[in-house]
Amino acid sequence: MAKVKKTIKTITVDVDKCNGCRACEMICSAFHAEPKYSSNNPERSRIRLIRLPLQDIYLPVYAGEYAEAECAGRNKYIIDGKEYSECDFCRASCPSRDLFKEPDSGLPLKCDMCESEPPLEEPLCVKWCINEALVYEEREEEVEEQVEIEDLERSLKVLLDDFGEEKLIGTLARLTQGEPR
Amino acid sequence: MTGVFKMRYAEVGYNLEVDLTSGNIERVETDPKQTELYLGGLGISSKLMWDRVPPETEPFSPDNLLIFSTGLLCSTPAPGANRTIVTTISPQTRLMAFSMMGGFFAPELKYAGYDHLIIRGKSEGLVYLWINNDKVELRDASHLQGKGAVETQELIKQELGEPKAHVAAIGLAGENRVFFASIEQGRSSASRQGIGAVMGDKRLKAIAIRGTRSDISIAHPQEFIELCDEVMQFIEHRQANPIPGVMPILAILGSPQEMLHVDEKWHTESFVWGNARERIKGYWTKDIEKKWKETQESVRTRLISCYNCPIKCGAVISVPGIASYMMKCFSKLTYTMAAYSDLDFGFRIAQRATEYGIDGFSGPQVMAFAVELREAGILTDKDFEGCPSDNEGIFYWLLDRIVRREGIGDALADGTYWAAKKIGKGAEEFAHNTIKKHEQVPIKLGMLNPIYFLMYATGEKINITQIEGQFPQAPFATMEDKQEFVKDWIQVPDEKYKEYFLKWEPRGEFSMPFYPGIEACCEIVDWMERMHYIDDSLGICAGLSSFPLKPPYHIHNYPKFIHAGAGLEMDSAGLTKIAKRNRNLVRANNIRRGMRRADEKPPENHWRRRFPELEEKLLDGYYKFKGWNRDGIPTKESLQDLDLAYVAKDFEERGILKNGQS
Ligand code: SF4
Ligand code: SF4
Ligand code: SF4
Repeated sequence: MAKVKKTIKTITVDVDKCNGCRACEMICSAFHAEPKYSSNNPERSRIRLIRLPLQDIYLPVYAGEYAEAECAGRNKYIIDGKEYSECDFCRASCPSRDLFKEPDSGLPLKCDMCESEPPLEEPLCVKWCINEALVYEEREEEVEEQVEIEDLERSLKVLLDDFGEEKLIGTLARLTQGEPR
Repeated sequence: MTGVFKMRYAEVGYNLEVDLTSGNIERVETDPKQTELYLGGLGISSKLMWDRVPPETEPFSPDNLLIFSTGLLCSTPAPGANRTIVTTISPQTRLMAFSMMGGFFAPELKYAGYDHLIIRGKSEGLVYLWINNDKVELRDASHLQGKGAVETQELIKQELGEPKAHVAAIGLAGENRVFFASIEQGRSSASRQGIGAVMGDKRLKAIAIRGTRSDISIAHPQEFIELCDEVMQFIEHRQANPIPGVMPILAILGSPQEMLHVDEKWHTESFVWGNARERIKGYWTKDIEKKWKETQESVRTRLISCYNCPIKCGAVISVPGIASYMMKCFSKLTYTMAAYSDLDFGFRIAQRATEYGIDGFSGPQVMAFAVELREAGILTDKDFEGCPSDNEGIFYWLLDRIVRREGIGDALADGTYWAAKKIGKGAEEFAHNTIKKHEQVPIKLGMLNPIYFLMYATGEKINITQIEGQFPQAPFATMEDKQEFVKDWIQVPDEKYKEYFLKWEPRGEFSMPFYPGIEACCEIVDWMERMHYIDDSLGICAGLSSFPLKPPYHIHNYPKFIHAGAGLEMDSAGLTKIAKRNRNLVRANNIRRGMRRADEKPPENHWRRRFPELEEKLLDGYYKFKGWNRDGIPTKESLQDLDLAYVAKDFEERGILKNGQS
């Protein structure tokens, strides 16, 4: 594939600066409401905070790719004597847990860096984190051209996995033609 | 309810009703009309108390309600909208108590789908309530009996397998109905007026919530988010630009930044030590400063916030060798100063006191009161049998007795007012720091401050920090500083407040106690109180609003928040009226329970220089200003103006207001 210029968007997470307020979760869910900001529910957020104050664990985790099946094995981290739970650092929307799934449909959520038209100056979770636990940076890089998986495609893939091709195509056809069930 | 579906904005539109006697649990749709009249939070809870808790109700009766209310804006993007208002009849004041906590409880309750949680009845065995969206159940808590309030929260999350749940729990003090028992929840607690004792009386050890299913809708999203952006920008600005000329804890936002600041010169030298007795001038030496700084920095693991707030008022405290806990505000110093000890002791004993779940203002004062009674020979060595002889040891020993109601601890557990009555032999003289039977902030001053006189006397939130805030505590020295201060004072309801302040002098004709004049004092106090009542109905933290000088929320932008958030038509006059209505409804509950002018008295020794005649005039003036009669009872006319005719009717039926008279 050809080389293309790509903007690399990075959010640096400084867990030592996190105060556990969950503003990032709240505003992410509000931004992705339809219409924008018309409702919020942190359960729909694409960033989730693992917050165990008495153990001094504050870990904002961003939603990454959808995983069809859970990993063969799991990881457990101990950092500075603090024991994190299995899968804490993983970004996947995965069948082993209910993290990064729409609470009613179960469809996977993924951080889209608050893509919108016109583009925002910085992602919302970063903007609302004025203690700078989350800091945004952009830079240009040359990378191999790649096809981005869109939201819709990702959701369809989940349905495909769950119900199989036949059912899915049949249902789609029915819905688009308005045929009674 | 039947009829057309009405979209609910900012609120959910449902309450959760739990009857602990029958075990009955119900989700009940609420009437949007009530929101228009009382907003939410304290407004709604005082209406519920009025409707459902008649004045004969004893605090420890199954008929007493324990209400956990969220404010109207809780869980919206409005920064700091996270307050839970807990309302019940207090065993200590025997009046309607409402105590607030920050943290995560209110948002979680709302995301679970409820605006208010109303608990009545009494369980037979110890239970806890588990609210998981629309699945709600009472679970056995016998295995949690005697467990600490912090420990209980952790154990419940573990046994439910729900690390993200938020739990409010009582400790031993609540279980044993200590009159100043708190409800602890994460980094926060609702601790004034013994609401934890009511929870214990109901045999309810804890409430755990996980809320994931209820989206909070906003009426005018774009408008609302712009208002939020402005508030966030203002917060950033204020934190970077503290207000000059006032002490550090008042110069920035938040509840007093006790966890951040190490410099305690002001508190240690201006507040009083022991049983709210003496100031120690010159206490804050270089040596003390160094030692206390080391102590604080070695135990403070992290500064932490409440839900959706960037200010870090709380901290996790980890003293080596004892379990971690969370602290905020002034409890850092209350134990230290009551015991004439040091900060290290303060952090250590506060850990035990937090697990037991007691109020950090009343608790230490009760213990210091016992120590004084012993010195005076009113309590004897027999009462202190088994007590260690070292100063710190005595406080631990007293704490352990009080929360178990053992020996002398039983009387002490009722707080200084009631304990003095039980103990007799002149003990009343030593219970000197109460208003309406409740221990006050340990502070004793020289010259009567007419503004503070009114706030102390008439406040029904009992704590001065819940009334004061918007107007500087003392005049500035130079005109230049004053002018600088009023320059960006956009929060004032109108210009006259600036005039009052500009004219106010430390000495001479325009100084205290005769300046500000009676009318000005009434207006200043009324403004400050109004802002607190608005916060408490919206669920916004006072630390971002009514408590600090020049806050981001004020009477000019609040109506916009309510309009954009909840979709109610609102302007500052309308909001002022609602605040007034809620204020009067709280008072109505208490008047019905017997509260009168005679109860509205700051401690005798609060100021050295008192002015009885002026004080009477101030109170007369303020009552009149508020639309209350000479005895502090809201008049028929003022109640009718506030759509509280039902209160006036009740007052007449009970003979509290005479027919045809006001
Ligand atoms: S907004 Fe920032 S400080 Fe708050 S929880 Fe998220 S990452 Fe932590
Ligand atoms: S960058 Fe945007 S989409 Fe991603 S977590 Fe933050 S707010 Fe959500
Ligand atoms: S200002 Fe402090 S107490 Fe208030 S909500 Fe923010 S963190 Fe909590």
